[in-house]
Order: sequence, then structure tokens, then C-alpha cells
Amino acid sequence: MRRKLPRVQSGSGAVSIAFPKPDEAILSRRAQIIAGLQRLVAPEALITTEDERRAFETDGLTAYRQMPLAVLLPSSTEEVSAIMRFCQQNGVKVVPRGAGTSLCGGAIPQEDAIVLGVSKMNRVLDIDFENRTAHVEAGITNLAISQAVAHEGFFYAPDPSSQLACTIAGNIAMNSGGAHCLKYGVTTNNLLGVTLVLLDGTVVKLGGDHLDSAGYDLLGLVCGSEGQLGIVTEAVVRILRAAEGARPALFGFERVEDAGACVAAVIAAGIIPVALEYMDKPAIQICEAFAHAGYPLDVEAMLIVEVEGSDQEIDDMLRRIVAIAEPFRPKTIKVSQSEAESAAIWKGRKSAFGATGRVADYICMDGTIPTGQLPYVLKRIDEIAKSYGLGVANVFHAGDGNLHPLVMFNTNEPGEMEKAEKAGEDILRLCVEVGGCLTGEHGVGIEKRDLMTHQFNAADLAQQMRVRGVFDPLWLLNPAKVFPLDGRLAA
Amino acid sequence: MTLLLPRDEQDASTIIGEAAAKGTLLSLSGQNTKAAMGRPNQTDASVSSSALSGVTLYEPAELVISARSGTPVSEVVRTLAEKGQELPFEPVDYRPLLGSRGEPTIGAVAAMNISGPRRIMAGAARDSLIGVRFVNGRGEVIKSGGRVMKNVTGLDLVKLMSGSWGTLGFLTEVTFKVLPKPERMSTLLMRGLDDRAAIQALSQALGSPFDVTGAAHLPGRDRQGARTLIRLEGFSLSVDYRLNELRRLLKGFEAADILEGKGANALWQSVRDATVLTEQGERAVWRVSTAPTRGPDLAARVARSVDAQWFYDWGGGLVWIATPPAGDAGAAAIREATGIFGGHATLVRAPAEVRAQVDVFEPQTGPVMALTRGIKASLDPSGILNPGRMYAGL
Ligand SMILES: Cc1cc2nc3c(=O)[nH]c(=O)nc-3n(C[C@H](O)[C@H](O)[C@H](O)COP(=O)(O)OP(=O)(O)OC[C@H]3O[C@@H](n4cnc5c(N)ncnc54)[C@H](O)[C@@H]3O)c2cc1C
Ligand SMILES: Cc1cc2nc3c(=O)[nH]c(=O)nc-3n(C[C@H](O)[C@H](O)[C@H](O)COP(=O)(O)OP(=O)(O)OC[C@H]3O[C@@H](n4cnc5c(N)ncnc54)[C@H](O)[C@@H]3O)c2cc1C
Repeated sequence: MRRKLPRVQSGSGAVSIAFPKPDEAILSRRAQIIAGLQRLVAPEALITTEDERRAFETDGLTAYRQMPLAVLLPSSTEEVSAIMRFCQQNGVKVVPRGAGTSLCGGAIPQEDAIVLGVSKMNRVLDIDFENRTAHVEAGITNLAISQAVAHEGFFYAPDPSSQLACTIAGNIAMNSGGAHCLKYGVTTNNLLGVTLVLLDGTVVKLGGDHLDSAGYDLLGLVCGSEGQLGIVTEAVVRILRAAEGARPALFGFERVEDAGACVAAVIAAGIIPVALEYMDKPAIQICEAFAHAGYPLDVEAMLIVEVEGSDQEIDDMLRRIVAIAEPFRPKTIKVSQSEAESAAIWKGRKSAFGATGRVADYICMDGTIPTGQLPYVLKRIDEIAKSYGLGVANVFHAGDGNLHPLVMFNTNEPGEMEKAEKAGEDILRLCVEVGGCLTGEHGVGIEKRDLMTHQFNAADLAQQMRVRGVFDPLWLLNPAKVFPLDGRLAA
Repeated sequence: MTLLLPRDEQDASTIIGEAAAKGTLLSLSGQNTKAAMGRPNQTDASVSSSALSGVTLYEPAELVISARSGTPVSEVVRTLAEKGQELPFEPVDYRPLLGSRGEPTIGAVAAMNISGPRRIMAGAARDSLIGVRFVNGRGEVIKSGGRVMKNVTGLDLVKLMSGSWGTLGFLTEVTFKVLPKPERMSTLLMRGLDDRAAIQALSQALGSPFDVTGAAHLPGRDRQGARTLIRLEGFSLSVDYRLNELRRLLKGFEAADILEGKGANALWQSVRDATVLTEQGERAVWRVSTAPTRGPDLAARVARSVDAQWFYDWGGGLVWIATPPAGDAGAAAIREATGIFGGHATLVRAPAEVRAQVDVFEPQTGPVMALTRGIKASLDPSGILNPGRMYAGL
């Protein structure tokens, strides 16, 4: 995520990721295409003026912008189906969109594509507490699902920090996670069914309100497919009864290695905390200055460990965790004793992105690493950032190996942003080298598209593209994303 | 029939590549046990993973294990147990049900995506499977996923491989997320409930904040009478607390018995492996997944036209049904019921004649079947891998 950035046109040289050249034939038929679409949807569902289209020109990766041909905001699966059929017949590209909070440019349009947004389809269709499922339209926000079931003490588990804004459609497309996925899993582990509109307008239902798919796991394939297989219009998700309570403890360590070893020891003791968050020194300093959370400023590394249950269970578990941590000589141990203290501990961590944005421009990276490699990776990240003359702060979901380095730079310094992008790429390559992945939860989008060859060889990528080709042989669905532009296969 | 035992991944790639060039049809197996499940199929040769054995990576602190596909499940389980860990999804052992003796392999567990009672809490085999290496029907070595829990990089082919019964590729190595073994397991046992009352109680327990990891109902046909089971796992103090809370919460459970130790383990194993139904002699056995509260309706519907026995796992969402092993083994009635109540049914055990005639896996709607065929062709264009194992002509 970046802020305060000047508008940059692709190809201007200011940023490094290329978009395919727009199809002139489509651009020249714009009026006809719009007229055709007009016949298919309610008037308010079609946005064509430049002013109104501008709101859809980018997503969370705001350095890149592209003005779409038109924007469609349908309100039913039937409308989506009609639009898709039309686009297939007319060779018009489609960029699906939820709330546009993607951090990897997954929802950024193309000039020769329409944006198909599901944000108007945001109703709860059915809640079944006995079977612990919620059936929703795909444009509903992540948080709204939890809010719709909260009165019975239930919630929807995956909780990306963007949950107030992001949609379940976007979550499904990105297989999004959150701070609590060590215990509850990510989107794919909490999704039971989807309604998917294929490019030819066919509506298919995958899964349902039962567990596991019949036949091939197409539901699992669609989850994380970044809008390249079809448009998700409805979803059935698992809802869970919330724990009776939750409370964190905070530990400060003088050495990165000690914090890493402490994480390993907690897990070796058979404890799976509901959250296990790591922050390095720059992140601690930045968050403390912003949130006044009471973080220790004299430590190299900090862990937030949260456990759930009744008061008695929480006390027991936190006692165990403190005992496990002690041999690693934590300089600070703070066990939350109240709601207010818990909120303060979390406020600092949760404001990490916003707080960083107050001190610098930054790129939020999202790689995964084997947790055991943390000390080495942090040392290397620091070296990489320094080699570009940049600063970096690291927050890390230590339980599941998902690392978010925030590479800081100054937009007003010419060339710094390119350096930050380069440093980011180096960091992601490092993640892959130590056995991790290019992305844990933010997706590939355009941001990591050209790095895919670093994680996958030609055969791996060809196989993925052949599977993709079953759904979209003509590359009309979100085609600028995920796969490097060269060497694309249809089926 | 020729039995091919690739020594390593490269060897497997060569064998399958040559078969693709010649159009040799291949059965894929772990221990090459005889007639396994699925539709009986005709092939020219069999490729077994049994020479691909051994744990290749185990990092207890990172909760991850990788093994070559032919590694016996028992070896994986033993390796994990040494560090107090386990496969979260409780892999089912079908040997008792099928009367077979082969040693189950970890690759087959991944290929079949079959999970036991803890599936409701810890997810299915496919949820724990985080990485695969396999040889596709072109003979190409492909990797997907990785050794870290979160990996959304590109299309999730791991999910496709899991539950594809060897029709999309020959797995050479699989990586699973693992969890610590709980310190204590305890079960609340309630007797005498009818199906509906039992499922209602299980729903209530599963909708409580008390982390139920097993919820089964065994209707009372034998001397034992009906038994309803709720399992709790974790640290001892926490299990005690939650047992008490659940007894308070569930009407009629105030006096429920508490089972622990060997007897309780054996009981959950018989639920996991469906041996609860093997007492029914040589009957056909179906495994039906549906929404929990519709389980009893579904079973009752089947029983209207078929002589059926059944029990429930997953809080009612998994109905195991035994039917007469002749004719269509109750297929028509069961498919009608899944049509009405939702869900899907798999014929797990039946004589080969029956399996050749009825759909073993739930038939798919036209468009989904078209996608299924497309995916099969994208991984195995010559159709040489386990042809017809899941669906006729696929
Ligand atoms: C401040 C901030 C914090 C964040 N924190 C987290 C976090 O903690 N964890 C995390 O995982 N992510 C996080 N994100 C990233 C982002 O919020 C997620 O990727 C989210 O799931 C995107 O949802 P969206 O509705 O905004 O989708 P969009 O950004 O609109 O789209 C995302 C992708 O989904 C596709 N898509 C959208 N709708 C559909 C549809 N109906 N059918 C098919 N494809 C579709 C798009 O084409 C695109 O590829 C954060 C983002 C921000 C800005
Ligand atoms: C439903 C079911 C029915 C069974 N029926 C019988 C039976 O009738 N007689 C008998 O002796 N045993 C039978 N078995 C028992 C089973 O074969 C044993 O439990 C066996 O030892 C399982 O391990 P395996 O590795 O031999 O699996 P297999 O039975 O060899 O394989 C199970 C499935 O997984 C696939 N598979 C296995 N390994 C791979 C791989 N490396 N890559 C891709 N796909 C793979 C197979 O193609 C098959 O579809 C059955 C098992 C199941 C689950």
C-alpha cells in the first residue's frame, strides 16, 4: 500500500510494472459496447462518465492506474450472467472487483476492459445457526457477515485488517487471511460453497452447505484464483461461535533469535495460540509513537501472544506461556489483565500500516517464510533495504510464517520509489530462496506477476495456465494479472 | 498386468511420459492393494508409489511434515508422535471395512481426501495438505503449494489433486500441516436419544464456545441402545471446565457419562473407520455428506425404500449408510435423498459388479461435469491416468 503518491500513468517510466497494450479494436468500439451493455442492465448499474469511472481506476496499489472502458455494478446473478455472455461474445475483457482494497493491484482495470463490481450485491440471504453457515451475496463486506451473526455470539473467522471495507468476493479471490488464522485458517478453510458465473454466462454452484466437494475440488480451485475463473456472486461460509474471551500477553526480547526460539518453544509445548504476532524494533518504535500502546522501546523484538477461552483457561494458558518464555530472558513481560489493556496491546499492532504511513511512504510486502528462518531473513532484509538506502519495519504473523516488511521511502525524492520496488522484489526472492512463497495473503495481482518465474518453473506455470484455460481460453478475465505476460498458454 | 515401481520422481516422469506417448492406460496406487474403491477400471499397467518412501522434512516448531507419497501412513504417524504431534484430520483407515491388508500410504490419503471425526474442528485432509509434487499425464513434474501454511501464489492445484483419486496426476511428495496432540481427550456419552434429538444436542454443542472436536450419534439397534458422543480435547484443566459447561448447557446431558482412555479411543476409532457398520455383515456402505440437521431426514428418506442402517458423524453432517449389497445397493434412493436434502454420496464398499453399474461418486450437473472434463484434459490430455476411476469416460 502506498499513500500520498502522485498520479502515475503506466509507461511513464515512473513505475516498473507493464500493462498489456490495449486492444485498439475494442477501444474504437467503445460506444457500441456501451450501447450493448445498456440493454442488459438497469440504468444505474452502468457507469460511463470519466468522472465516475475515475473512482475505479486503481485499488490498494495506488501507484498504478488505468481508466476502464466502463464500470458495471449489477445487482443480481442474472445481470452478471448477461454481462459475461455479452463480453465473451464481443471479446471484451472483464476485471472483477469487490471493494478495491487489493494490495497487489488485483482489481486494477485495463483501458480495454470493463470493471464488473459486485458491491451492490451485499445482502445476507440466509443464516443457519444450527448448521453454522451463512449464505450471502458476494459483495457483502467481511465485517458485515460477523455483524449479522454477532447477536447469537457467532462470527466469521478470517479477519483481514481491511475487514470493514473488503468484500467476501475479494477475500475468496485472494484467499485472504487475518491475525487469527493460526487457529481458524484462511478463507479456503472457511468456505463451503459459491455461485460462480462463467464467461459464457453459465451459472454453476460449487459446494453447498455441507462439508467437502463431490468430485474435483473446484471450490478449492476458485478460492485464491484472483478473478481469473469466473465471477463469484454468492457464497456460503462457515460461521463459528466465538470463544468466551481472549487476552494477549506481550514479550520484549533483546535478540531476534530469542523471540524466534520462544515461538518454537510455545508450539513445541503443544500450545496453538489464537494469534502470535511479531514486530521488529522499527515497527515497535513507529507503532508506539502513534498508538501509545505501552510497547517497550528498548528491545529488538516483540511478541504478542493471544489465547482464548474462559478467564480460568486464559489465566492457565498465559501462565504456561510466560513460563515457557522465561528461559529466553524476555526484557519485558506484560500480561493483559483487562479489556483496556488488551485493546492497548492490539491497537499498536493493528495500526502498524497506518502509523508507518505517517512517517514515510511505504510499500507493504507480503511473503511467507519457514518460521525457523526468521533471524536470517530479518538480517538479510535489513541489508537489502540498507543497500538501497531505505528503511524497513517488519511485522510478522509468526505462527504461520507470513511476513509483512514495510519498505519505507520518500516519494518526493526522485528515484526512491523505484528503489523501494526493487528492494521489495529482492525481499520476495529471498522469501522463495529460504523455502517460502511470494505471497501469503495479498495475492499476486500485477505486483508479483513478473516474479512468478522465480517460484515456479515453466512446467508448473504452464500447468496452472492450462487449468485456467478451461475457464477462460481467450484470456478475457482479469488477464493482466498473476501470470507473466510472456509465454501465455490458452489450454 | 505390469507393475511399475518408479524409484524416484524422475523415473516416474519417464514412465508416465512413455505411457502417454504410447497411450498405455495406467492405474495409480500406493501399496497396489487389489481392487480398491471407485469404479472398477481396465488398465494396461499399474504404477505404484511403494518405492517412493520416507519422510523428507519434519519441522515440529513449524508444524509441517513432508513425505514421499509411498511412505506408510503409520510411519508418518509414528514420526509425528515422537514429537507429540499428529495429522489434524484423523485419516480414516479403511482396511477393517474393506477387509484388506495393504499398508495405507500418505499419498493415497492425500489423493482421497478422506477425513475422520475431527474434520468438523480441524478441517479436512485437503485443508491440512499444503504442498504437493506430482507427475501429470504428460509425464511432467509439477509442484504446487509449499511448506508454509499460507500460500496463495497462483492457482491452488493442491486442492485439485486432493480428492482426485489419482485421475489427475501421480503424487510423488506431499506436505501436510500438523498439530500438537492434545494432552487429554474426554467424551460425553448420552444414551437413548432418537436421531433428531441427538442431532439437535450435537448442533447445540458445536454451536457452543467449547471447541467440540467430535460429535457422533450411533442409533440404537444393538444391545447398547442409542449413543450420542461429544468429544473434547486439550489441556486437562480446560477439558474439565468445558465438560462441566457442556453438561450444564445441554438439556438431558446433566448426567451424561464421561468416557476416557482405551475404551473411548476404540469407540472413536470405530466411528472414524465406520466399523460401527461392519457388524452388519456383507452390506454395501455409503458415505453421505449433508447439512447436519438434514442428516436425520435424509436417512429416514432412504429407509423408506431401502433396508438401511446408519450412523452419524460430524454432528449429523456425515451419514454412513449400510444397504443391501445387491441390485443398485440403494443408489437410486440415496441419490434421490441427496437431491432433496442437498449434499453428496460416495459408495465406499460394494461388490465389483455393483460398482461397475452405479455411480460410485455423486453425479455432477452438466456444466460442472464439463469443467471436470476440461480439468482432466488439462492435466492428463491422453486420459491415461486411472481412466474411469471416478466417472465413466473420464
Ligand atoms: C489497510 C489494508 C489492510 C489489509 N489487510 C489485509 C489482511 O490482514 N489480510 C489479507 O489477506 N489482506 C489484507 N488486505 C488486502 C485486501 O483487503 C484483501 O486482498 C481483500 O480480500 C480484497 O477484497 P476487496 O473486496 O477489496 O477486493 P478487490 O480489491 O476489489 O479485488 C481483489 C481481487 O478479487 C477479484 N474479485 C473481486 N470480486 C470478485 C468476484 N465477485 N468474483 C471473482 N473475482 C473477484 C478482483 O479481480 C481482484 O483480483 C489489506 C488491504 C488494506 C488496504
Ligand atoms: C474407499 C476405499 C476402498 C478400498 N477398497 C479396497 C479393496 O477392495 N481391496 C483392498 O485390498 N484394499 C482396498 N482399499 C484399501 C486401501 O487400498 C488400503 O487402505 C490401502 O492400503 C490404501 O493405501 P494405498 O496406498 O494402497 O491406496 P490405494 O488403494 O492404492 O489408492 C487409493 C486411491 O488413491 C490413489 N493414489 C494412491 N497413491 C497415489 C499417488 N501416489 N498419486 C496419485 N494417486 C494415488 C489411487 O489411484 C486410488 O484412487 C480401499 C481403500 C479405500 C479408501
